[in-house]
Order: sequence, then C-alpha cells, then structure tokens
Amino acid sequence: MTKKFVLGIYDDEDVLLQAIENVRAAGTKIYEVFSPYPIHGIDDVLGIKRSRLPIVAFFCGLFGTSFALWMQIWMLGFDWPMIIGGKPHIALPAFIPVTFELTVLCAAFGMVITFFIVTKLKPSFKVNVFDKRSTDDKFVMAIEVTEGVTDMNALNDLLRSNGAIEVNEKEVIK
Amino acid sequence: MIAIGVVLLIAGIIIAAMGGGDAHHAEGHGEAAAAGHEAASWLKRLYVNLWLNNVYFTGIALVGVFFIAVQYVAYAGWSVLIKRIPEALGYYLPIGGAVMLIVFLLGGHDIFHWTHDYLYDLNDERYDPIIAGKAPYLNFWFFLIRMIAYFVLWILFFNWLRRNSLNEDLNGGTSYYHKSIRISAMFLVVFGVTSSTSAWDWVLSIDTHWFSTMFGWYVFASWWVSGLAAITLTVIILKQNGYLKMVNANHLHDLGKFVFAFSIFWTYIWFSQFMLIWYANIPEESIYFIERLGGNGGHFKWIFFTNLIVNFAFPFLVLMTRDAKRQMIMLKIVTIAILIGHWLDFYLMMMPGTMRTDATIGFIEIGTTLIFLGVFLLTFTKGLAKASLVPVNHPFLEESVHHHV
Repeated sequence: MTKKFVLGIYDDEDVLLQAIENVRAAGTKIYEVFSPYPIHGIDDVLGIKRSRLPIVAFFCGLFGTSFALWMQIWMLGFDWPMIIGGKPHIALPAFIPVTFELTVLCAAFGMVITFFIVTKLKPSFKVNVFDKRSTDDKFVMAIEVTEGVTDMNALNDLLRSNGAIEVNEKEVIK
Repeated sequence: MIAIGVVLLIAGIIIAAMGGGDAHHAEGHGEAAAAGHEAASWLKRLYVNLWLNNVYFTGIALVGVFFIAVQYVAYAGWSVLIKRIPEALGYYLPIGGAVMLIVFLLGGHDIFHWTHDYLYDLNDERYDPIIAGKAPYLNFWFFLIRMIAYFVLWILFFNWLRRNSLNEDLNGGTSYYHKSIRISAMFLVVFGVTSSTSAWDWVLSIDTHWFSTMFGWYVFASWWVSGLAAITLTVIILKQNGYLKMVNANHLHDLGKFVFAFSIFWTYIWFSQFMLIWYANIPEESIYFIERLGGNGGHFKWIFFTNLIVNFAFPFLVLMTRDAKRQMIMLKIVTIAILIGHWLDFYLMMMPGTMRTDATIGFIEIGTTLIFLGVFLLTFTKGLAKASLVPVNHPFLEESVHHHV
C-alpha cells in the first residue's frame, strides 16, 4: 500500500517553527517533521505530549530496590544465614550498595526495553527517508495526503506562504 | 533594575533585630541556668554556637564564589541571569573571617581540646601522645596562619571576580569574561585544597583523636548543597517580589536539579564515610558514630536520623519529578528544609565533641543563629543592591534569557 505525502522543505529553523504553528492553526494535520538536529521547543509547537518514560523508570527503580532488599534479606537472613564480620544477619548498611546498584540497573534497563517496545524499534525496523537533505541542512515537514483531500494547490500555497523553499510530493510504500 | 533588594533588606533588618532581642533574652536565660551550674558553661555554649553558625554561614558565602567560578570554567550560559546572587553571597566572607578569628582567640580552648598546652607536656599526667603526634599540623600558630591564609585567599579571589564582573557591566567587551575564566580556574585550585583543609581545621579537629579521609568532602558537600539551596531560595524570593523577571521555570528547573543532585551527593558522601567505619568497626574510628548514636545516652540519636530524613529522603522524594523542580512552592519548601537540615548537620558534627550531653537547642542556639542570619542577609542584600541584578554586558546573557530545557 502506498501513501502520498506532501513535503515542505525549509532551510531555517525559526521559519519552520512559525510554519508549523500556522499550518496546524489552519487545521492541517502534520504527519512528521524531520530535522538534522534536535530543535528546542519543537515538541510544544507540534503538540507532542510529554513522554511517560519517567513513570516507567520510577516503578522499575522501585522494583529494583524492593527486589534487592528482599533478595539480600532472604538469602543472608533466612536461606543461608552466615556471620560476616561479626555483623547481624540482616545488616542493612551492608545491603545499601547492592540495593543502589540494582535500583539503577532496573530503572535503566526497564526504560530502554520499554522504549524499544513502545517505538517498535527492532532489527528489521525501516525508516522512510522522505528527503535525504533532512539529514544534512534542510528541515522537512511531511503532511499525509488523505483520500478526502483534493485541493493540492491550497496545500502547496499554505506551505509556500509560510516560508517553504520547495514543496514536493512523494509516494511511500508502507 | 539597578540597586534593588530593598524588600529583602528590610526583612534582614527585622530578623536581625528579632535575633538581637532573642539573644539578650537567651543570655539572661543562660545566666539563670548557669547560676546553679558553673559559670563557664554558658560562655562555652555561646562560643560553640558562634563557631557553629560562623562555619555554616562562611561556607555558604564561600560556595557563592565557588558557584561563580564553576560556571565560568564550564563556559555555562544558563546561569548568567542569576549570577549576581551567588556573587553577592561572598560579601559575608570578611565578616566571617573576623568572627572566626575573634571566636578562636577568645574561645579556642572551649571549642578545641587540642589547644591545651598540657597535652603536649611530657611531664604532665594529662600528656596525650596521639594529639602530641599531630602537633606539627595542629598547633596554635600554624592553625592561626592557615585560618588567615584561607580568608585572605578567598576574599582576594572574591574581590577579583566581583571587580571584573562590575567592570564588565560598565565597559562591556569579552576581555573581562576571558579574564574571569582564568581567575576562576586559579580559584578552583585554591578552593580544592582550602575547602578540605579548612574542614579539617574548623570541624574535624574538634574530635581531635578521630580522623576520616572523607571529612573534607563531607563538609564541602554540606556547604555546597546549603549554598545551592540559599541561591535557589533567593532567586525565588526575588522573583516573587517582582525582580529577575526574565528568570523562568527553565532556570528554576536547573537550580532544582542542582539541589536535587547534590542532596544525593551529600548522602553518598555521608554513606561512604559511615559504611566503611561501620564495617571495619575499629574503635578509634567508630567512636565518632557511637557518640552520635547510642553513646552520650542516645542524646544525639534523633538529630542523627532527622539529618538523614531532612537532607536525603525529603528532597529526594519531593524533587524527583520534573514538575516539582519547576514550581516555586516546592523548591521553596525543599530549600528551606535543606538549609535547616544542614545547620543540624553542622550541629551534629560539632556538638558531641564540645558540649557532649549538655548540648541542647534553646534560646542561645536560636538566638545566635538568628543574629548570624540577620547579619548574613544584611551583607548579602547590601551586596545585591550594589549592582544591577542582571549582568548587562555578560557575553552569554542572551543565551541565558532564551534558556530552554
């Protein structure tokens, strides 16, 4: 199945940010914006919601903390009690470093794995590069042409009037 | 925008006046209590309190200079808008130096056990071979010379940086900026050595027999996080009173991250010191924690745990989310808690070695703290009012105004 996109090419990041606002205000849905580098403030302009990854990190960290404490208390306190350095079996200060490390490990791995799953990032992942110049010195705004849209000129004008230096059409196989 | 801080100035005067009233009351109270006791004990208590507060506030003032130096050396742009606040903190340094000198000369024997001559006298029955072995470092004159040297160096670098910063306001250009970076780099070397040695001198040597290689870091961490909390709190108060209009949630976010990160750093240092001593359990080392936990009749136990809760658990849990670091009210609560918490931290470092079980938190403690706070706020706000709150010709000012995280 192929999808048709209209690509607005921009060469200035401030013009692009303004254009995104105007295009969205005109009621056009932006499919994606490609940029060679991260642009400050583009998330707000595009209306992208804040990532919920920190919540995942918190709960993974909490899991790490409780798992580490449970593991050490159970192993050294109940399963195979040993006297080490004349300390009590359950010697909390000695458990803190391991607890800390497992907290960090679980939070970090939990975040990375969740990120891969949510973004469906896997070895066979293919990216459609709409315009190769978006990896060099141009910014590309892609708008999906849905079936209802017939007036391509209006779209073209909208992009050009907002500072696009080029407007192209492209069909992409999905 | 020029010559401000009036609101804070008045607040400072009021607090100083209140502090003065309290202290008079406190001394009366102390004397009444001392009547049945020995006469020297309230004086000792006063000296220890003066020392405690002076070390605490001098540290915050020093951290102001350190903060500026770090920002320069790191080529930081975000902090330019708030730069004048840590800069003004340094104005307390000369007062801190004077008070430190006077209190040491008058009350040295009450604060530091090692200042007694008989400890070094082989013929005296109170001769102490361990302390005598430390005599090359811990002796009256070298201690005095070091103390003066620290303050001379710190004040020198503070004035140097401040002068450059003010000249930059007048004349503009980037030459002052480049010069400041070189001064800052030199100061950081000086600070790296003196922050540790001053911590040994002023805090660690109270417990003369005991030693800890982490101690310089520990005191630095405590000073640093209190200083960051003071800077953050001042920024918020100034902003809420209508100054620093260009400071927004992004700058607060960065300050919040600083406070959050360094309360964890402090805990890390605290734990590193505690765990090794706890694990090895060598009497000459573990005495320090015994005095603060079960020893002294458990007198300091509640402060020991309060210290950890207020300075670690509370900021850690409250400032964890991004939203909390961007809200003034959350930052305000946490920074005030940290400032009180680290005062308690210094209390816990000094009191067991000096006052033992006589240590309380009464009118003298609160009174002297309020006087110091008042004087500190007075010099600080006067310093703030001396120059524009925004360094108008700083090359990174534009970057700071548009700072976005």
